[in-house]
Amino acid sequence: MKKVQFNNKFIPYLFVSPQIIIILVFFIWPSVMAIYYSFVMQDAFGVSTQFVWFQNYKDALLNSDYYASFGFTLIFSSLVTLFSLSMGLFLAHKTNNMIKSRGIYRTLLMWPYALAPAVVGLMASFFFNQSHGDIYRFLNQLGWKFDPTSDPFSAQAMLVFIASWKQISVNFIFFLSGLQGIPKSVLEASLIDCKSNSKRFWTIIFPLLAPTTFFLFITNITYSFFDTFGIIDTTTRGTPMGQTKTLAYKIYQDGFLGADIGGSSAQSVILMLFVLVITIFQFKYLEKKVHY
Amino acid sequence: MKNTFSSKLFSHVILILASLMFLLPVWVIVASSTHLPETIVNNGLQFFTGHNFINTYKSILFEHSGYTKNVTAFRMILNSFIMAMGFAIGKVIISSMAAYAIVYFRFKLATFLFWVIFLTLLLPIQVRIVPSFEVLADLNLLNSYTGLIVPLIASATGTFFFRQYFKSVPEELLEAAKMDGANSWNFFIDILMPLSKTMSAALFIVMFIVGWNQYLWPIMMTTDPQYSTILLGIKEIYQSNFEGTYLPEFNRAFAMTTLALIIPVLMVLFFQRLFVKGLVDGDK
Repeated sequence: MKKVQFNNKFIPYLFVSPQIIIILVFFIWPSVMAIYYSFVMQDAFGVSTQFVWFQNYKDALLNSDYYASFGFTLIFSSLVTLFSLSMGLFLAHKTNNMIKSRGIYRTLLMWPYALAPAVVGLMASFFFNQSHGDIYRFLNQLGWKFDPTSDPFSAQAMLVFIASWKQISVNFIFFLSGLQGIPKSVLEASLIDCKSNSKRFWTIIFPLLAPTTFFLFITNITYSFFDTFGIIDTTTRGTPMGQTKTLAYKIYQDGFLGADIGGSSAQSVILMLFVLVITIFQFKYLEKKVHY
Repeated sequence: MKNTFSSKLFSHVILILASLMFLLPVWVIVASSTHLPETIVNNGLQFFTGHNFINTYKSILFEHSGYTKNVTAFRMILNSFIMAMGFAIGKVIISSMAAYAIVYFRFKLATFLFWVIFLTLLLPIQVRIVPSFEVLADLNLLNSYTGLIVPLIASATGTFFFRQYFKSVPEELLEAAKMDGANSWNFFIDILMPLSKTMSAALFIVMFIVGWNQYLWPIMMTTDPQYSTILLGIKEIYQSNFEGTYLPEFNRAFAMTTLALIIPVLMVLFFQRLFVKGLVDGDK
């Protein structure tokens, strides 16, 4: 906050009101409704509603589908985060070490940011397609009986690959700008103190990137939970055998396509709590960063 | 430092391979879109461009058939453009105003309202999908540009972006402006916003791309094909190719994919510096 400020009592409300009003109508109100729906049950025609306490939560949590989805989401998001973070860092480090060609590689590696997850998913669905997909054929020639339409493992591995591919560029951009933000003097000092390239990277450069890494870690988790929706919807759609549904995709299928309002809302609320935990975690850390 | 040359070479090889890993798949789709559908059915995806570019693109952009039975790709691109523009402009206006109030005013509910804005980060569309649809239906906003744009512009990212920037603006600026008798509105419009031109442009670029690439929201909000965005065209292709509504018209499917990705990709390429600024400065 500024030391010099305006003291008008009314005008600031005028300035924040557009955003606050939209938030109230399109964020808070639907979320409150989701919480309400998660505690009631409606009959098939939506005529009568009954308050059922935690029945929807019980139904959701005791369902084996939910566990499949939960397990998949955890493994999927960990792997996507791991792969795309490490690839992003690796490529950013290599690019940053280039002198003349840095700009070119930067461009060549950052443009995929512009691709929508749904577009990436659709393109991948052609390459991984049984009838004419080059990657499908290649993987089968290697001896892997790769078949995303019937083998859950194939489908899951494919999704991890596609989702990581899409996310590398974002991590690359942030890591590269993080690396460029490290003062020259620090790098020069480290060159004198430490001869080994890899040791210098892990003991000096990587710790300096910690804030970026942490921020990206959170970003990647949220990406794999929510933004991969477009990828899944244009590739597996949860098949085979419901083994490739993230929690967010399951909410969409159950609630929007399947019209199970109560169950889907209960799942929504569980997911909200999860995001809440992540955000608190993030802020705890950010506070520390400010003190440092 | 003995192996400088070979290690440099090794780095180049890795970076080139990585660049190809991103370029090739997209290129193959773009190149294949310029071939006849038979070529693709018989010989698979194509690496070199063919001779059917004008035919395919003309038909998909302006004629009603196959994937574009109800709405032409031209119309879908227009809708995407309107949505992305509205989203990006709306976001810059709304979030700069909110950030201005929070940074430059002392008022009772400042902290509380800041947390309300922050709360939007906790509520991605996926967790409030069914009630959001109902709210939009109650307000009669389904199948409208307002419904496509306005609900999306309220999220917190832009406000944080401007808040961060406004905090870095020197204190003396406001002191001087106050001495010259500027009121809060003058200061915002005549001094602060012109000063934030670059930052606004940077945020605009990023938000344009984010807006263009929206997928789930338009799926929910539009049933009338006249409001389809080009990303919904993508969904249509998936539906028909893999659920067999039409014969696979691969060239048209690839052309549609190309049209969906070309504009955001060009934005990133042309406005590289602004784009990186908008992305990196905003999110930290």
